[in-house]
Amino acid sequence: MSKLTIGVFSSLVGSLSLDFAVKLSEAAIKKGHKVDFWVSGNATMLSKKGQRAFKDYSALEKKIQELLATGNFQATACEACAEARGYHKEDTMEGFKRHSMDWYLASCFSADKVLHIGGD
Amino acid sequence: MATTKIAFIVKSLPYKTEASRLALTHAIASQTVEIYLEDGDMVEPVLAFIGDGVLNCLRNQKAMNMYGVTSLEQHLKNSLLLDLKVLICKEDVQKFGIAEDSLIMDAEDIGGETRANVVAFSEIMKEMEAANHLMFF
Repeated sequence: MSKLTIGVFSSLVGSLSLDFAVKLSEAAIKKGHKVDFWVSGNATMLSKKGQRAFKDYSALEKKIQELLATGNFQATACEACAEARGYHKEDTMEGFKRHSMDWYLASCFSADKVLHIGGD
Repeated sequence: MATTKIAFIVKSLPYKTEASRLALTHAIASQTVEIYLEDGDMVEPVLAFIGDGVLNCLRNQKAMNMYGVTSLEQHLKNSLLLDLKVLICKEDVQKFGIAEDSLIMDAEDIGGETRANVVAFSEIMKEMEAANHLMFF
């Protein structure tokens, strides 16, 4: 079993980078690996609870909940990036953690592989 | 005891997106990462500006005056104050016709002792090859 750390900086709506990263996480977990998933910048939108699924837009809350339930997936949002966008602790979906940026670097420290997916 | 080297490669324009700001703030976060690690373990960052990214290193930025936000100059100086290794690609600086005295090369005004280095891209490549992980912003 390996540990994959994925950092994503793209928004939930307006890009499919988060969709790709979540699909990749799912595939890694199915292969028996662990995934640390970091969202920063506009990607903190993913941590917002109460997302309504429309067919025209990416909707990943249900998938994130499924991955969290495996116990092999940790999702963490950059607290400052989220707060700057008005996503407060009480707005965060269940199971999604919030930390400062050093959490991401610490996860990279012990990761077998790091995949960093930039934003705009 | 182990050290993981992370290269933060900045190739984005300043202010157009949040990318270069996030590169700087994530690199600076390496200074507090120990709280999550075992004693003696550390993350060693190297911050390199290439392509359009060298424009982040121009002096006399007025972001606070114009937009009321911290400038990338301030973040870069904080990086130097914290002794981060900062590299600026020489070829790209020359490509833009930027004189070295127009670049943020030190943080002496806030008490920093470490200087940025304008180096050939081949030197930046060596840093990338030596890094455990690469992050492009």
